[in-house]
Amino acid sequence: MSHLLEVDNIVLRFGGVTAIDGVSFHVDEGELFAVIGPNGAGKTSVFNSLSQVYRPQEGDIKWKGSSIMGLRPDAVAELGIARTFQNIALFGQMTVIDNLLMGRHIRMKGNWWQNMLWKASKAEEMANREKVEDIIDFLEISPYRKMPVALLPYGIQKRVELGRALAMDPELLLLDEPAAGMNLEETEDMARFILDIREELGIAMILVEHDMGLVMDIADRILVVDFGKPIGTGLPEEVQQNPDVIAAYLGGDFVDL
Amino acid sequence: MSFGRPLLRTSYEADAAILPTWFQKGSAIVALLGVTLMALGFGPLEAIPKFLLGNTWINPVTITVVFAIAALGINILVGVTGQVSLGHAFFMGTGAYTAVMLGGNVGEEESWKACVPFHDNMGLLAEQGECGLGLPIWIWLPASGVVAAAIGVLVSPAAVKVRGLYLAIVTVGLVFIGLHLGRMLPEWAGDFESGRKWPKLDLRLWKEETPLVEMTEDGKWFGLIHLSEEQKQFFFLFSIMLLMLWFAKNLVRSRTGRALQAIRDRDVAAEVMGVPEFKYKRIGFAISSAYAGIAGALFASLNGRVSPVDFGLLLSVDFIAILLIGGAGTIAGTMLGTVFVELLPEVVEKFTAWMATKLDAGGPVGLISNFLLTEGGEGDFGPISIATVAPGWPMSTFQWNFVIYGVLIVVFLIFEPLGLFGVWLKVRNYWKGWPFSY
Ligand SMILES: Nc1ncnc2c1ncn2[C@@H]1O[C@H](COP(=O)(O)OP(=O)(O)OP(=O)(O)O)[C@@H](O)[C@H]1O
Ligand SMILES: [Mg+2]
Repeated sequence: MSHLLEVDNIVLRFGGVTAIDGVSFHVDEGELFAVIGPNGAGKTSVFNSLSQVYRPQEGDIKWKGSSIMGLRPDAVAELGIARTFQNIALFGQMTVIDNLLMGRHIRMKGNWWQNMLWKASKAEEMANREKVEDIIDFLEISPYRKMPVALLPYGIQKRVELGRALAMDPELLLLDEPAAGMNLEETEDMARFILDIREELGIAMILVEHDMGLVMDIADRILVVDFGKPIGTGLPEEVQQNPDVIAAYLGGDFVDL
Repeated sequence: MSFGRPLLRTSYEADAAILPTWFQKGSAIVALLGVTLMALGFGPLEAIPKFLLGNTWINPVTITVVFAIAALGINILVGVTGQVSLGHAFFMGTGAYTAVMLGGNVGEEESWKACVPFHDNMGLLAEQGECGLGLPIWIWLPASGVVAAAIGVLVSPAAVKVRGLYLAIVTVGLVFIGLHLGRMLPEWAGDFESGRKWPKLDLRLWKEETPLVEMTEDGKWFGLIHLSEEQKQFFFLFSIMLLMLWFAKNLVRSRTGRALQAIRDRDVAAEVMGVPEFKYKRIGFAISSAYAGIAGALFASLNGRVSPVDFGLLLSVDFIAILLIGGAGTIAGTMLGTVFVELLPEVVEKFTAWMATKLDAGGPVGLISNFLLTEGGEGDFGPISIATVAPGWPMSTFQWNFVIYGVLIVVFLIFEPLGLFGVWLKVRNYWKGWPFSY
């Protein structure tokens, strides 16, 4: 039986720096998988490899059994892999609605000349606008709908980015520190959204997060990386007991647990 | 996701409309009506352009309409897609030459070439080439857009991979290649200075003697209304411009235009959202070139001739000025910028000429005129020269216009990056507190 996503021993180097050094894991349908590790451990690099923004030099990444190595990022998106970015990468001058409609891009068909003639693409635009409005309601960001996202507060931008990824109707959602820089209340909201997404939509997710409380609460399985190497994987309880993991986090969040 | 919320579909349609509010719809109708009446010579309305631009005001205004088409194109590439190109003049030239080859023909022969009369061993005469295939406008006008777009696609492999300043330099190269070809191939391009004769705007089915719609002589139109040649051309070109504006607006309010804006704002994120970057940059480049090509063809037609010198780097820079002064990325800003950049020099010129007639009038007007103008004589001072030859200081109005633009561009870049459109937004927001509904 093949997994939804299978990462097999990937290695990613930047000149002398080895950002990922032989990481393997798999994610099944509907699963909430978490990747944790100290700063600079290579978590974001794993995401960038999955979306093929970076090309690992060794190893293989399989989506539903076939390799996605060497595909362009837009082709990976078409497969149904959506993501958010650690340092918000929204389309700053565009409104919230237009940012979310960008998420619908791969689900729409209108090409340039149909668009220029409008009549041919109007129905499609309206149908997708309805989709987007549903997501706006779900994430409770309706007051900001028509504002350029660059003007919005950080916490709202994080939500818009989640919405943009959701709009793609993905099968796998990569969330890079969705709760970073948020206060307790905002973090709770975000956790609620993530759980709702899993329960109502059944989308598989990979979560990168420094907030250990959040990760331990909601993740099904966890992978711990340090200096690009995997140092432990398993259920949240197992990972917390793992001596290597505790050593890596010594003086960090784990001491408090 | 199911939320069971009543969907207000009609409101989405209203949101996506080109003119979303009744106020905007009304203003657009009033503006169109005003322009029409103005062009028809309705006294009170015509008084405004007459005062600013003189009795022949319709000529610069018609040229401005043609430039607006080209400006819509550069806005799609620079303002919407975020790719700064200085190659717009090259694509205008491409369109203009496509038009003259297909549509021109006032000479004897039907030929692609220019038919410039040569002197034995003496090079060519400075005469306009008069040949062309003599095809009707419904062929040469779309063709000029298609050919320009095709050449845009051909050169795009070099253009889509470079960014920012490098792209600007690559596209400057295009302009110089165009000028060089124009110099090298006189049998195609015509004389470098005087060029080739125009394709006429007349609407024909094929090559028949009497055109379906006469556009180059005064006379009755559709047996209804008597119009001058200039009025006919104005109405015709204005309609084409409105059509091109509608296309451009449709593009930016739907899938393709959003993808272009996404590339402008965050190219990596756009790719991760499923936008193939190179493909979309190529689309932006091609559409922008098509607009330039069509505008170039119409410009040639209006001008009466096409020559390589018309399509130099300064023309490309004009368009960047239009975007910077008007406000890049918005169609309203593009229109404002075009009107400003194309008509301000005419107004300055007209005003200077008017002052020149008041030099001996005495009174405050004569005094100011004397202070500002100089004819170049002994002891005559003033910053604006109205002498026929005016190198250096004092400068001619032509040279002053460059200075004015330079200063305006710098001022807008520093104080109002959204250009005139941004100024308008501020004014509008200021008045929003008033009981006017927008
Ligand atoms: N484009 C790049 N060029 C060179 N080095 C890079 C690049 N991207 C990442 N690295 C390096 O790879 C290593 C892993 O970085 P990465 O961003 O994946 O860490 P991270 O686990 O996401 O850290 P953080 O928790 O701070 O987000 C770091 O040493 C980083 O400097
Ligand atoms: Mg990171």
